[in-house]
Amino acid sequence: MQFGLTETQQVLKNSAREFFSAECPIAEVRRMMETPTAYDAALWQKMAHQGWTGVIFDEEYGGLGLGLVEMAVALEEMGRALLPGPYLSTVLLAGVAIDAAGTAAQKCKYLSRISMGEAHATLALLEASACWDPDAVQLNAHPTPAGFALNGRKMFVPDAATADFLVCAARRGPDLGLFIVPTGARGLAVSALPAIDETRKLYQVAFADVPVAEEDFLAIGDSARAALDRALAVATVALAAEMVGGMQRIMEIAVEYAKARKQFGKPIGQFQAVQHLCADMLLLTESSRSAAYYAAWALQERAPEAEVAVSIAKAYASDAYREVGNRAIQVQGGMGFTWENNVHLYYKRAKASELMFGDASYHRERIARTVIDKAIDKL
Amino acid sequence: MDLNPTPQERQFRDELRAWLEAHAPRDWEARQSATASREASMEARFAFLRDWQRQVYEAGWAGLSWPKEYGGRGATLMEKAIFTEEMARIGAPPLPGILGLELVGPTIIAFGAEEQKQRYLAKILSGEEIWCQGFSEPNAGSDLAALRTAAALDGDHFIVNGQKVWTSYGWASDWCELVVRTDAAAEKHKGLTVLLVDMHSPGVEVRPLRQMTGETEFNELFFDNVRVPAANVVGRVNDGWNVALGTLMHERALLGAGLQITFKRQFTRLAELARRIERNGRPAAEDPVIRQKLAQCYAEIEIMRLNQMRAISRVMETGKPGPEGSIQKIFWSELNQRFQQIAMELLGPYGQLTRGSEFAFDDGQWAYTWLRARGNTIEAGTSEIQRNIVGHFVLGLPKSY
Repeated sequence: MQFGLTETQQVLKNSAREFFSAECPIAEVRRMMETPTAYDAALWQKMAHQGWTGVIFDEEYGGLGLGLVEMAVALEEMGRALLPGPYLSTVLLAGVAIDAAGTAAQKCKYLSRISMGEAHATLALLEASACWDPDAVQLNAHPTPAGFALNGRKMFVPDAATADFLVCAARRGPDLGLFIVPTGARGLAVSALPAIDETRKLYQVAFADVPVAEEDFLAIGDSARAALDRALAVATVALAAEMVGGMQRIMEIAVEYAKARKQFGKPIGQFQAVQHLCADMLLLTESSRSAAYYAAWALQERAPEAEVAVSIAKAYASDAYREVGNRAIQVQGGMGFTWENNVHLYYKRAKASELMFGDASYHRERIARTVIDKAIDKL
Repeated sequence: MDLNPTPQERQFRDELRAWLEAHAPRDWEARQSATASREASMEARFAFLRDWQRQVYEAGWAGLSWPKEYGGRGATLMEKAIFTEEMARIGAPPLPGILGLELVGPTIIAFGAEEQKQRYLAKILSGEEIWCQGFSEPNAGSDLAALRTAAALDGDHFIVNGQKVWTSYGWASDWCELVVRTDAAAEKHKGLTVLLVDMHSPGVEVRPLRQMTGETEFNELFFDNVRVPAANVVGRVNDGWNVALGTLMHERALLGAGLQITFKRQFTRLAELARRIERNGRPAAEDPVIRQKLAQCYAEIEIMRLNQMRAISRVMETGKPGPEGSIQKIFWSELNQRFQQIAMELLGPYGQLTRGSEFAFDDGQWAYTWLRARGNTIEAGTSEIQRNIVGHFVLGLPKSY
């Protein structure tokens, strides 16, 4: 048993660290977040060139064919850099859903373009109920001679304005279905939902008789549910790893500040009240890291405990990132509350991430369904 | 990263599990709840445990990670973790010579003279000689280096005078790893020496220290002109701080091991009780507040296991513990306090019933573990000291004291 990065994984991590610190420094993050979509085409092309946009997809579809631990490594570095834009939504939501449910033709048409960096996409799941459980989906898909027509409204869709197409969860009669919908389709309207985290934009998407061609119908019933569950699980682990990278970074910023800032003639990091806040940040960060990497590994291996592992990672990281943020700001005092200080950018990402794919309470309930409702027979 | 066990680890676990299933006494938990007089049963229980350690030793499982030349198996840290896990899984009795096996033995191996190794190590393994640690004093707890128990050289003996406290197994011990001050004029860290002291020497007095659980796990030790041969110094005179630190590192690594299994066994039992206990007219297991709290405990117990696996992998690979190791003591001790509190909350008024109460769940175990957990954030380095260590040694913040 070996719970640490292999040499290859470490090399990947180092190169991701180098890449994102060179290509996406914090000044660039600030510039991008001021734009309407927090997206930069040149950066996206460079990421595609590095292979990041196809990291976990088969070579057949333009990917690198790496595993979910490698994915977690990359996401941790993206989280550290606070990478803005549609990576998570394109690659790990839409990409994984198409990878899980698509036919060969659909994968050629859509997944390959994602892998090659030629298309952006997202998943349209939440509706007005804001419930992450796919059972809550109500958007209507009714059959037409040419395929389907979608009617309803999706909420909190990440990066919809940069997306070339959406993977949309809808209901055909009682059955859950997944549909690929080009964002240029007739009757589809995207509008921004201004929110706390300006580095990852949210939108509502209204559907008024939006036509979906038969060949863009992805899955229905159990297979749609399985693909959606897979995409959410992978994206949740990816997000948990991204959150770890963010925690690590703001802990470092706060610790550096505590060493440099002097009051009463001493570095404030010498006072135990400050030191203990820093120790807590380390505990929260390292524990989140253990949970995120374990979940990535379990999901990769399709281990029976994977579902619980994913929920543990997200439940813990959701509370931890926010609490690391609270401490990182507290340690920096008034400076921590200023716009100029970078920690608030991460603090906002922490809150948005906490709310994405279910917060800590949502995931604790999922854990409870396994560990309380079913007797555990294996220790 | 590969969290599957290697073939060797799997084989080791299988062999060990088969041996434990054939040999581990199954009546240990029943013996603990025996209602015979507390003092008498304590000694009887200890004799029973000594016998158990002898069996473990004879089967070759004692001192697993010690080098083969000193009677160990040269096992990896991972195999050692498997050993503690399997012991906890089957509910095997603890080894009474645990301090010798985990702390004193490794210290003698690292710093002791060859004659000391020959004299002491085999008897530590077999449980023939039980050891305790004389470290803390009434005025030297977190600030251990301020200790005052003094040893003055008189010919080829040291004369020891002073007092120690919080000594686990003190009443049952044959020997003590004692830290004493041998140079009162030197800086506080530089005048200390580690001595191996025969607890049966004239002038040694052991007094039980009754704790809030009613038990006497710990003792006070009094030394009144105790003569200790100068040959019993471990390492060099006035270099005792380094020797003692070595022991403390072992202590911190040790205490968390195996706990995740104990916690998971308790969790499983608690989930079972939650399905039976009524709360607001329905099973407590259906109460959303209880569900949230229990799920959080489960998540943290699991993360404690994962942190430990990471720490072990790191030490096996680099020989040094990483940051994930330094947080373990804080993590498990604070987790256990929250966990026991939630157990009490779930059990309601029944939770407070103690051993021997007719209506207590699990013979009052939960009232006991709730009280016992209170000590967790104090023993083996308080949470405050642990956070100082993390702040200074891991994060590089200036020392605060």
